[in-house]
Amino acid sequence: MLKYIKLLPKDHWLSRTRRATGYGDIPWQALLISSSFLLMILVLAIGVMLWNSSADARHQFGLSFLLPTSDASWDPVNNQFQAWPFIYGTLLTSLVAIVIALPISLGVAVFLADLCPEWLRLPLNWLVELLAAIPSVVYGLWGIFVFLPAFVAPVGQGLFDAFGALPVIGVMFAGPVPVSGASRLGAAFILTIMIIPTITAVTRDVLLAIPSSQREAALALGATRWETISQILVPYGLSGILGAVILGLGRALGETMAVTMVIGNSIEGSPSLLRPGYTMASVIANEFAEAVTPLHTQALIEVGLVLFVMTLLLNLVARFLVWRVTRRMPQEARV
Amino acid sequence: MTRFKELIARNQTALSARRKTVNALMLSLTMLTTVLALIPLFWIIGYVIYKGTPSLNLDFFIHLPRPIGMDGGGVLHAIEGTIVITLLASVFAIPPGVLAAFYAARNPNTTLGIALRFGTDVLSGVPSIVIGLFAYAVIVKPMGHFSGLAGGVAVGILMLPIILRTTEEMLKLVPHTLREGSLALGAPEWKTSLSVLFPAALNGIITGFLLAVARAAGETAPLLFTALGNEHYDIGQIITSGVAQKQTLGTILQRIVDQPVDSLPLTLWKYAQQPYPERVQQSWAVALVLMIFVLLVNILARLWVEFRKR
Repeated sequence: MLKYIKLLPKDHWLSRTRRATGYGDIPWQALLISSSFLLMILVLAIGVMLWNSSADARHQFGLSFLLPTSDASWDPVNNQFQAWPFIYGTLLTSLVAIVIALPISLGVAVFLADLCPEWLRLPLNWLVELLAAIPSVVYGLWGIFVFLPAFVAPVGQGLFDAFGALPVIGVMFAGPVPVSGASRLGAAFILTIMIIPTITAVTRDVLLAIPSSQREAALALGATRWETISQILVPYGLSGILGAVILGLGRALGETMAVTMVIGNSIEGSPSLLRPGYTMASVIANEFAEAVTPLHTQALIEVGLVLFVMTLLLNLVARFLVWRVTRRMPQEARV
Repeated sequence: MTRFKELIARNQTALSARRKTVNALMLSLTMLTTVLALIPLFWIIGYVIYKGTPSLNLDFFIHLPRPIGMDGGGVLHAIEGTIVITLLASVFAIPPGVLAAFYAARNPNTTLGIALRFGTDVLSGVPSIVIGLFAYAVIVKPMGHFSGLAGGVAVGILMLPIILRTTEEMLKLVPHTLREGSLALGAPEWKTSLSVLFPAALNGIITGFLLAVARAAGETAPLLFTALGNEHYDIGQIITSGVAQKQTLGTILQRIVDQPVDSLPLTLWKYAQQPYPERVQQSWAVALVLMIFVLLVNILARLWVEFRKR
């Protein structure tokens, strides 16, 4: 059919449309550009929606919604909402998770990038990626019935015995540890397991992207392999590794299901790591579908807004850091 | 003088022995961390298989849930719901994702290209629960009720950046010469893209799509207040009753997507919190099914990539 347009006279309307649309390229470009715009509009729309739908809650509570307090109230019946316990829970669990996950991920990444025998590299990469593929509810289920009683409860008791009586940091390790093990510590451990693959993958790529001349120069100067890694490679890729950490932190902040299942969902005042807590994502997951009043819904959406802004900022910083380290490298590191 | 030499020699051997020890110690430590990181993987997989297998049987896949206390009963509603949500999500995510990837692969350095990459990064970093809030605000609230459609939109938004990124990577791998050859033969840009670049990158795109589906099938958070859950969801019954009442295809499809639906992860979450041992038992079986599906898709996709490389 299209073939016969060519046979038409030059000023026939079909020939003219065909020329005017650049033989179909202009509509095609328009399609591509509008798809690209769609994605960006989506990001903007999420931000705008969260901002608009939480307007009343923002006006009513102002900054006191976010500020630290020791006796925060989250009371749907009396319409009193303060989000500090959730913000605190999210930040604490994520930070503890990062602190534990970083050395482990660094070790795994170094092993995968530098030390691992060739035949083992592919299966190990697969296994680490499978760890990221397990659905988060499965982590949660395993967490409730296996991990909390078998690992978190005894470790928590041990921490309580060791640090609970100390003067300053004792507050963070105050007991009693719940028998079920459901606590901020449990959430932090689950998050650790879940973010190890993220940090490992990016760190490994950063290490692999470092020019081999760096490695060879260090070895030629007589450094051992460990000295090469710790004194040459890690400092060289430091900002990339930092980016990996921040990406992992972003993932930890937004993780919902597994954390909701193991953290115990309580807004009691104790700041202790060993007590049950609550996170921003879990409070939305637990209460949104059954929100009591419009203001309750709005307060939950405002919690979502805080979460969105946090992950947005973290992503910005992380991308910038990874970009800065990969920019000067010949091989592109994939993030 | 000789003593001095001896001292230096001893010092050097001592020093290098220390360095060697540190080296060996730290290198074995990296090996240890690798083992440590993989312990949870095997622990979870092993335990889920151990707990889940006993309650896996045919009934589990072909029946709706029965009331507590009655034997049998399965999770057919959740399996169907997962399929419906994943299909809807793919329909929403694939066309814009692939088209935008064409743009991103072709124009990485234009303003729109840079903005697009940034937008993709941001979107992939947005917590899934927040995307659930968004789908609630734009679909559930205007429509006035929870629906599978809203769940599909939410999961589709999650899939979009994954599909875009993998498609873009794959398109970039296609040799320039193919593109230039096609253009030199007089094919317009759109025809080059669709009949040369797209088929050349298709294998990679399908792999990316499979990984995105595996991720989508395991998502719970965005479904909590979009798809909500529905223990009586039965597509077979909807179709037979629809055919019996001589409803049009459109009406039947609408009945399938326009009501609350369940999904496997959602069912798992609900069952795990119930006090009945039967339900908890079934949630292990759901976890097993979910995990086998996700791991199988992952392994197949990766094997496929390795196979194509050779």
